[in-house]
Amino acid sequence: MSAADLGMLQRPNDRLRRRRAVNRGMELLAWLAAAIAVAILGIVVWSVAKRGAGELNLDLLTKPPVPFAIGPVQQGLANAFAGSLVIVGLATAMALPVGILVAIYVNEFAPRPIRLGVGLTLDVLNGIPSIVIGIFVFGLLVVGHGQKGWVGAFALAVLMLPLAARSMIEVLALVPGSLREASLALGVPRWRTTLGIVLPQTVGGVVTGTVLAVARVAGETAPLLFTSSIVGNQTSWNPGHALQSIPVAIFELSEQPDPADHARAWAAAFVLLLFTLFASLSARWLATRSRRKIGRAGR
Amino acid sequence: MSTVGATGEAARRPFPGRRARLGDVLLQGVAGLAALGAFVLICLIAYKVVDGSRLSLSTFGLGFLRHVGWDPVHNRLGGASFLFGTAATSLGALLLATPLAFGIALYLTELAPRWIRGPVTALVETLAAIPSVVIGLWGVIVLGPVLRDHVMPALHSTLGFIPLLGTPSATGTGIFTATFVLTIMILPIVSSISCELFLGVPAELKEAALGLGATRWEMVRGVVVPYARGGVAAAMILGLGRAVGEAIAVAQVIGGVDNLVSWNLFNGGNTLAGKIALEFQSSTSSLETSSLFYLALILLVFSLVMNVFAQVVVRRVARRQGLVAR
Repeated sequence: MSAADLGMLQRPNDRLRRRRAVNRGMELLAWLAAAIAVAILGIVVWSVAKRGAGELNLDLLTKPPVPFAIGPVQQGLANAFAGSLVIVGLATAMALPVGILVAIYVNEFAPRPIRLGVGLTLDVLNGIPSIVIGIFVFGLLVVGHGQKGWVGAFALAVLMLPLAARSMIEVLALVPGSLREASLALGVPRWRTTLGIVLPQTVGGVVTGTVLAVARVAGETAPLLFTSSIVGNQTSWNPGHALQSIPVAIFELSEQPDPADHARAWAAAFVLLLFTLFASLSARWLATRSRRKIGRAGR
Repeated sequence: MSTVGATGEAARRPFPGRRARLGDVLLQGVAGLAALGAFVLICLIAYKVVDGSRLSLSTFGLGFLRHVGWDPVHNRLGGASFLFGTAATSLGALLLATPLAFGIALYLTELAPRWIRGPVTALVETLAAIPSVVIGLWGVIVLGPVLRDHVMPALHSTLGFIPLLGTPSATGTGIFTATFVLTIMILPIVSSISCELFLGVPAELKEAALGLGATRWEMVRGVVVPYARGGVAAAMILGLGRAVGEAIAVAQVIGGVDNLVSWNLFNGGNTLAGKIALEFQSSTSSLETSSLFYLALILLVFSLVMNVFAQVVVRRVARRQGLVAR
């Protein structure tokens, strides 16, 4: 056998080795990308926890902020916590029923082209930047009337609507057709079938969808900047006035030069982060569970 | 989904009495109105934003888009620096996030063992759940100083001949920091869509490639990537839309410099959304407020175009893949 022949035999092996090396390298890069994403999450959560947990105490939740405080005054953010509860609660009350109705229309009544049209509408609505929603609500309700808590809630509801409707559509689509058919075959009219048979099947889904949407909008700052941010320091539960909220408070405190303000910003951020992470993780867990349950009901 | 539609057709005309029919009509009417309401809402948003920017539109016209500087005292306002800042930060973020997202999707769909896949997917999506104001706070107090003290000087001293990497900023805020923050914020959406696309590639094709002796990477390059290409483009567009519209986190870390178009990424700047967030409450004249509406109008038009385009692409890809058109 000549040297050239040997070379010919050798070459495929070399090539295979190179291909394997490239494959290895690419797999390593992919692994690295995933590791980076998880690491970023870890770093953000850890640095918020490290700075926020120490500052967290009951005064933060119960005491109002004191402007121009002299001496060691215990400052809190009670107004922001109360305001966020009111605003997000109201927003949910506005967005959820409409979202459910939209989903019912899409799943139970709409012909196919309209169904696709509504889907596209929801996607487009979901894609509009939240700051533009804020400007829109400012132009619609704030100009000439002033900022109010319920106006901020309306802005958040606009953000919530596509989220709530989307998740409801998904859950309704999971309800087995056989349930509807059985009910209709017994002579139950369509509206009672929908409200009495189909909708109760989706309670779990409604809860998860709502929790996810709440978690998403509870941290929204941009729509509230123009609709409910010029506020006093006393704690108020009245949505007829402008209410402070946690995200807006964090945003304003982070712009301040005083480290004590930063400390409160971290504490509030820690609370907000705990809430959103807990809500979204538990919603994920609930979602897989209720999906399994609805699927079983059909069989 | 098709079975639901079929029962719908069959049951559209049940024969119970008038009350039942009234109930049906009522529910269909109310639900239909709600769906119509979503559409009307978009029209209303468009109308209000155009209405608010009318004064600025008639004063500046399209020249607004070319003028650099924001001088409300002399009524000389322009959006060019914000357009530049938006383009620089979002495209930069997309450039950083896309390969990362691609790698994550690759890892999660092809490489990761089953028990790792679920938790890591959940973690990446949890990244999307962090409120933007928290990321911004972290960006301005933790990330900014780290970039200023370590990353920026290192990049400047090694690659300083590139005009993009000029003198590091003194504060740690700026276009560069904003790009990083935006990368973190769009990473989850791009990677989760890419994951879905990669999962949609038929197993037969992948197995055929592996069966012919391709390595896993060659299989991905030859089968998965061409198959998912259109969808990845859509994922990038959606990520871009998210980056362009992000206001709060950017406002916190970009430094809020209004009259600068500079190729040095370490300089401060501002974006369309960031400018609105920072300036809205302190707007002094109706012309300035109207100009902020003008900036919002630019954002709105951009987001509408991008979204419709991305949805059309996604739908076409989905149909081609034989998935259910959602």
